[in-house]
Amino acid sequence: MQQKVILSGNEGVARGAWEAGVGMGIGYPGTPSTEIVETLAKMEGPMVAWAVNEKVALEQAYGACVTGLRSLVTMKHVGLNVAADPLFTTAYMGVNGGLVIAVADDPGMHSSQNEQDNRWYALHAKVPMLEPSSSRECRDFTRLAFELSERHDVPFLLRLVTRVSHSRGVVEIDPAAEYRRRSRSYERNVPKYVVLPAHARARRVALEENLKRLLADPEARVVNRMEITGSEVGIITSGASYNYVKEAFGDRYSVLKLGLVYPLDGELIREFAAKVQRLYVVEELDPYLETHVQALGVTCEGKKCISPFFELNPQAVATSLAKAGLEPLEQLEPATAEPVTGIPARPPILCAGCPHRAFFYLARREKVMVVGDIGCYTLGAMPPLDGIDVSACMGGGFSIALGISTNLPEGEKVFGVLGDSTFYHSGITGAVDAVFNRRPIVPVVLDNRSTAMTGHQENPGTGRTLDGEPTVMQDPERIFLAVGFDRVLVVNAYDLEGIRNTIRDAKVSRDRVAIIVKAPCRLLKESRRGPAREVVRDNCAKCKNCLRLGCPALSLDEEGYPAIDPLACAGCGLCEQVCRHQAVRVQEKGVTS
Amino acid sequence: MAKGTKRVMFAGVGGQGILLASRVLAEGLLRAGLDVKSTEVHGMAQRGGSVVTQVCFGERVYSPLVGPGAIDILVTLEKLEALRYVHFLKKNGILLANKREIPSLPVLTGAAPYPRDIEERLSSFPVSLYLIDADREAERLGNHRVMNMVLLGALMRLAGLAGLVDWKEVVAGAVRPQYREVNLRALEAGMHLV
Repeated sequence: MQQKVILSGNEGVARGAWEAGVGMGIGYPGTPSTEIVETLAKMEGPMVAWAVNEKVALEQAYGACVTGLRSLVTMKHVGLNVAADPLFTTAYMGVNGGLVIAVADDPGMHSSQNEQDNRWYALHAKVPMLEPSSSRECRDFTRLAFELSERHDVPFLLRLVTRVSHSRGVVEIDPAAEYRRRSRSYERNVPKYVVLPAHARARRVALEENLKRLLADPEARVVNRMEITGSEVGIITSGASYNYVKEAFGDRYSVLKLGLVYPLDGELIREFAAKVQRLYVVEELDPYLETHVQALGVTCEGKKCISPFFELNPQAVATSLAKAGLEPLEQLEPATAEPVTGIPARPPILCAGCPHRAFFYLARREKVMVVGDIGCYTLGAMPPLDGIDVSACMGGGFSIALGISTNLPEGEKVFGVLGDSTFYHSGITGAVDAVFNRRPIVPVVLDNRSTAMTGHQENPGTGRTLDGEPTVMQDPERIFLAVGFDRVLVVNAYDLEGIRNTIRDAKVSRDRVAIIVKAPCRLLKESRRGPAREVVRDNCAKCKNCLRLGCPALSLDEEGYPAIDPLACAGCGLCEQVCRHQAVRVQEKGVTS
Repeated sequence: MAKGTKRVMFAGVGGQGILLASRVLAEGLLRAGLDVKSTEVHGMAQRGGSVVTQVCFGERVYSPLVGPGAIDILVTLEKLEALRYVHFLKKNGILLANKREIPSLPVLTGAAPYPRDIEERLSSFPVSLYLIDADREAERLGNHRVMNMVLLGALMRLAGLAGLVDWKEVVAGAVRPQYREVNLRALEAGMHLV
């Protein structure tokens, strides 16, 4: 008996993996992929964990797959850059238990530093890729990927995008279904699993044969679907773009929906092209499909009409193809042609009481150059804090600083800033390099004991695994000392004077100094809220110094005085510390300012 | 768009309960036997930034996401956000706007004033505007956090969805037992506000 439920794409992937009897689910948190592992963790059966980074996640999953377990790995798009090394080589080695790598792209960069199109990875690494359009397909394609992975001895990529991962739709599930762990027996096979050059050359040929066999498999081909409704216009599309095409044009034009985006079925593309007079390719981001279609010698138009960057939507597709003479189902008349301009923006902002605020506030005032990293604390770059000079990628906070340190004026130091989860992800290697190459950087860990940005996942510093079991709690201080730092200055994240002295000490010291700024994330249960503060107007000089903290609980009232929202105030006391006029104090009970 | 598809968009500020409101709406529409797709943006948006969701429903929905000019009903939980997203509405669409003001970063730091003429500007668009004070209603009911349910109730009424399913049952299944009663009262109150 099937039941209709609403699932997000990520929940669909987790459900599909569970139905496929997945033995291990592992990943590194990253929007928009995080909920796959979190959903799987709530289900009975599989072993589920957060790894320290994406490479370690893929390698663990591969190990489980070698022993015969079906394994699922999850990450956001940039995570696949980190995991690229094992990706390329495990493609040669093939699998024992099925191996599926779910990777979520973020067109439009809702919460990412780039919008790389990971379909190229499939082509480049020769790893087959399925691309679902809906939550239902997320479930179905994940199940299929495990089957095909085992049948054809290759890992599989499952490509998601924000509008598939974080969209919700109807899926029919069997509520009575039970978990049945799938496992194959392990047989020692050195020529397959040890990629010495001689073995790798043989596996290289085997991979080509595996891909050929996969493409001939009728079960793999059902995910590519022709919807022939006329002979005038044909549109080739896949994934989220298929939704936009159908929403814009309905059944007005013929569509070739590709579910298997690598390897591409050239024969089917030719067959479809022969059925229509004009051919278009509609795809988000790069001309991946278009390049392939044109390489077949088939004439089509794609990026000439459709934007090669940012997210698409049905209206964007309709408007773009209207120029080519295609008619959308709807003639829209908007309430207003242009968005309203000249209104205050609403950018994300560090929370009231955030333990990252004080460090960035002081780094700017102490005029130190800061290399940031990826996490909530990247928001330390926003005005008024304005506390970061460079920020690129996970772990780069230390490593980019290493390079900067080689070309600074005599006696100046650059500070590299990471969060705790990022430190374990890929920061430690940069700290080792600083000691190894004698680079005078000051590594700083903003240790809030959480992977906060993605929703507070456990990491090696929290002392608990994903399932809540106690484990060794890593200590960044001991790690810095172990790799060769002379001194590690540990300072409370709310002690303004302490942080200032620490920065000054580190700036001039000839020792190898590292800094740890410590306090739990304000959104964690163990974070203690202090008493709310209030402004004493009689003392206030209207200097606005407190407003330079960029705290959401603090704003300017209509008379030009700062005002503190007592409900929003977390009682961290930073505003009291920055005020030179004793105009901020603990709120007196029963009195409102 | 298949015939009869309706599209609702919610906009507000992180922490206002937008995800819950849109999920309740989607769940109810599913129970009514409709096809429904919705989309959400997580991550950075939750740190006090703009949060936007869309819920599309009808006989057959392909895309969870639509672009500017394609929304039938826009529900904004914060007043400035109504101005920010009004261009998503179709001409003669419905704008259900909460009067609540939350200063954004440029306002907090004194870099820009919070616009004082929002209501006036909203009424200049060719849409049916309903401005309500959902926060005051929620506070009257004893919990300012159920403001989202007040707006959801008002949306049910405006969209003609109030009698579609037993919304109270849907809401009851979506919130924690200790808050069930106040959420249900908020939904009911919202239905009578417009």
